[in-house]
Amino acid sequence: MSLESTLMSHSPLSISVPELLEVKIIDKLANKRLPGDLAMWFFILAELTVFAIFFIGFAIAEQLHSDMFIVSKAKLHPIAGLINTIALITSSLFIALSVRAIHLNQVKRSINLLVISQVIACVYLVVKIWEYQFLFNIGIDIETNTFFTLYFLITFFHFMHVLLGMVILLIIGINAKKGAYQEDISGFESGASYWHMVDMLWIILFPLIYVI
Amino acid sequence: MNTLKYQSQAVAKPYFIFALILFVGQILFGLVMGLQYVVGDFLAGAIPFNVARMVHTNLLIVWLLFGFMGAAYYMVPEESETELYSPKLAIILFWIFAAAGVATILGYLLVPYSTLAHYTLNELWPTMGREFLEQPTITKIGIVIVCLGFLFNLGMTILKGRKTAINMVLMTGLIGLAVFFLFAFYNPTNLALDKYFWWFVVHLWVEGVWELIMGAILAYVLIKVTGVDREVIEKWLYVIIAMALISGILGTGHHFYWLTTPEYWQWVGSIFSAIEPLPFFAMVLYAFNMVNRRRREHPNKAATLWALGTSVMAFLGAGVWGFLHTLAPVNYYTHGSQITAAHGHMAFYGAYAMIVMTIISYAMPKLRGIGEANCNRAQVREMWGFWLMTVAMVFITLFLTGAGVLQVWLQRIPESGEALSFMVTQDKLAIFYWLREIAGVFFLIGLISYISSFWVKEKIAS
Repeated sequence: MSLESTLMSHSPLSISVPELLEVKIIDKLANKRLPGDLAMWFFILAELTVFAIFFIGFAIAEQLHSDMFIVSKAKLHPIAGLINTIALITSSLFIALSVRAIHLNQVKRSINLLVISQVIACVYLVVKIWEYQFLFNIGIDIETNTFFTLYFLITFFHFMHVLLGMVILLIIGINAKKGAYQEDISGFESGASYWHMVDMLWIILFPLIYVI
Repeated sequence: MNTLKYQSQAVAKPYFIFALILFVGQILFGLVMGLQYVVGDFLAGAIPFNVARMVHTNLLIVWLLFGFMGAAYYMVPEESETELYSPKLAIILFWIFAAAGVATILGYLLVPYSTLAHYTLNELWPTMGREFLEQPTITKIGIVIVCLGFLFNLGMTILKGRKTAINMVLMTGLIGLAVFFLFAFYNPTNLALDKYFWWFVVHLWVEGVWELIMGAILAYVLIKVTGVDREVIEKWLYVIIAMALISGILGTGHHFYWLTTPEYWQWVGSIFSAIEPLPFFAMVLYAFNMVNRRRREHPNKAATLWALGTSVMAFLGAGVWGFLHTLAPVNYYTHGSQITAAHGHMAFYGAYAMIVMTIISYAMPKLRGIGEANCNRAQVREMWGFWLMTVAMVFITLFLTGAGVLQVWLQRIPESGEALSFMVTQDKLAIFYWLREIAGVFFLIGLISYISSFWVKEKIAS
């Protein structure tokens, strides 16, 4: 039995199905439960801790070697950083829409949105690889100075997280196609939460390393 | 009374018994060596300090390996829901491993180390002389053969049976253990390179693949004693091992600070070591959470105590005491001091000795045909053993930490002309070493109490 007919048959009130679904969504949104699984949030917390230590280390190193950091930052490509920021935020928006669709049990729409989000994430990957290549070509690598040691460590670690996030989204996309989120969408939300973490980290990383 | 679900699980019993015998040996040699720290001549002719140290650490490694193997032989048939592929092979490998282990230890004790190297043709393929990996090359080859047979036996069992997350994690850990041991055969003459690859065995064992083995054993025992859904426990297991692998593998960097490696290792090592306590903390939360949410009252209270205890002590010993000296600017001063020894003691006891005791505590009553649990009196005696050993280990760790702080203060911090020499500093630390030795005696009393619990029976009401 489809969700709509289930809702119709059990509804004591004569309100329309779309209205009911709307109520259901609002209820879910109003309910301040933790989306996804607690275990995933523990993992996210651990990930955020690593990045927090990296960012603190970067900030301290910047205070200690401010001249070196100013000169080195000037060698980065801010436009590439900006493109990546836009790519990741947009990708995250599509994942948010995808979660919304899965809430409404619109599986196909949800998968399409997820695929769009992944395609946009690929923009990030291409630009980031180009950026590394650009730096290598002008003779800069991880051992150039403390700034670039941290630049490469932090951004590459983040790059690996983007890849891991994409793998996670691929898995939940396949699961969604198999109909695994008909009853419980917790797994889907867990993957989406991880992806939001990845782009949130970039939003801190970009100004810290490229701009300020 | 037969209380085993699969009869082939019985092969675990000799492994556990032999592990405990070696454990007693390890502690006795630890006490001899602990005394030699302050009474240098004590048994110096019969058991020189370097030999006592080698036997103490080698017995530790070998008894833990026996424990892991016993655990795997016990757990895998039940998890796979099938009998072990070849119980006979498991018993043959037990005798080979036990004979090789005993012969090697006797070799350490009866002939000078260089003579042992000569007898075992070390010059053909020199692998001897490195801490923890002192075994003659022939013994190392024996260990590889035993590991291959062991993994083959388990692998065939898993292939024909049910595949569970616990089995997969356990097998990944055990395969990793075997693979990383292969670096023991690579012995470059360059000292920096030698140390670099030595850590591939030592670090990637204890802060990498062994954590998987620990996680799998803990998950197995928690499922059994709490009755909590397998799905819930396995989910946490995945999260914990993911964190353990990420932090543990990159945390290898904390051993590369002073090996003429590039500077970035100081960042990588410091930052990822800083999160190494997290998977251990997750294990504490998870173990206590699962026990609180238990769906059954398992009669084996002692096994539950060991399971909770190992999570806490592993967090303190491996997590907190590890982090104490893994940041590069701190490690600059503390490297190779008694702080390292303090961490080593509590971490090995908390994470690995205790997890083996956990599975022994859970499995032994069944292996001995007693049933789900020992009688109440035996469990009380076992718990006395738990508390005496654990509290004694906390004190050993604290005294060694005190010694380490003083050592750093006297020997490392002062500018070169004012710093005391290594041996003069050691004299100043004597009080800490005496206190450590006393705590060690209490540890032995705890161990005797624990071992004696195997013979305790319920009083028959008159």
